[in-house]
Amino acid sequence: MRWRRSRSEPRRGRLRIGRWLFATFAAMIAATLVYTLYPRPVPQTQAIQISQPLPDIERLRTVAEFAAIADLDQRSVALFEEAGRVIQHPRCMNCHPRTDRPTQTDAMRPHRPWVSRGLDGAGEPTLRCSTCHGTTNFESSGVPGNPMWMLAPIEMAWQGKTLGEICRQLLDPARSHMSREELLQHMSEDALVGWAWRPGGGRKPAPGTQAEFGAIIKAWLDTGGKCPA
Amino acid sequence: MSYAISVNGQIHHVEDDGQTPLLWVLRDTLKLTGTKYGCGVAQCGACTVHVDGTPMRSCTLPLEVASSARITTIESVEGVEAQAIRDAWVARDVPQCGFCQSGQIMSAVALLRTLKTPTDRDIDVAMSGNICRCATYNRIRAAIHDAAAQLGAAR
Repeated sequence: MRWRRSRSEPRRGRLRIGRWLFATFAAMIAATLVYTLYPRPVPQTQAIQISQPLPDIERLRTVAEFAAIADLDQRSVALFEEAGRVIQHPRCMNCHPRTDRPTQTDAMRPHRPWVSRGLDGAGEPTLRCSTCHGTTNFESSGVPGNPMWMLAPIEMAWQGKTLGEICRQLLDPARSHMSREELLQHMSEDALVGWAWRPGGGRKPAPGTQAEFGAIIKAWLDTGGKCPA
Repeated sequence: MSYAISVNGQIHHVEDDGQTPLLWVLRDTLKLTGTKYGCGVAQCGACTVHVDGTPMRSCTLPLEVASSARITTIESVEGVEAQAIRDAWVARDVPQCGFCQSGQIMSAVALLRTLKTPTDRDIDVAMSGNICRCATYNRIRAAIHDAAAQLGAAR
């Protein structure tokens, strides 16, 4: 008997080839999808702009706004209480700790890493403040800086004290190491004190301006330098 | 802007923004990758280098400031203190993962150059800015004591 190819065979062969081509095509599409959709790092070719929201600046009342207080002693106390909004602000208090360790942030948490004031207030000889803090704020790292970056002497610790206690301490040259004139100069002109109004890095500045604060301190001293209870 | 920067005794001319942290100039431009990026915010000490002999965090040191100083990195730190620290580190098998160790060693060498016989407290103070996620602190402290003893015996 002679073998003869059935008429349907070529069609079946074409069908098999078609299926094979379809499967190959589908596999290629699937592989392309997997390749394109697979998460991978994309190189950053342009500088990333850091946009930090500007912190709200709290207003400090002007000296003129205290003129209505006729009693000079009461006016003096009121002026110092207004100055206290700056003095007891974290930007100032963080560098007036009651221990050898500074605090940081608005929460006034212990400074990280662990550091100690050392003999001159600018750190231990083997771990100086300048190990990390430069002469200016450094936006890339967020580390603040000033040429005079250091802690206040332990006798000028403010943390844990009432505003009245801080006031009496400021007026005591044995603890503040300053005459009233030097105190006024420190508050109104000292560049490190001035950092509190230009803290950078999204940190909240002290209320008002250093000039306004200095004017309040001057008015407080001019009215007798009275302290809250 | 172009800066001439002294690193490991060689002057390099670097084209970069003056506010670029020294760390990235060392790692990306000069390919000195022994100095590590840990946190970028001066919290961990992995990027410690010597600036005019003083340990500093290169992540928070702008190029424009660093260009006026002599920079020494882990690739080139040398001297009797560095050798003693290296010997003690090997003998004590100090590193675990090792990532923080270049910063630890730079701080330890600077410590021994300042204090010949540091106490535990001296070591804790000097090294407190160098964080180790593997917590090799006890071995680091012991190795610094060993290195100080080796230096003392050699004197």
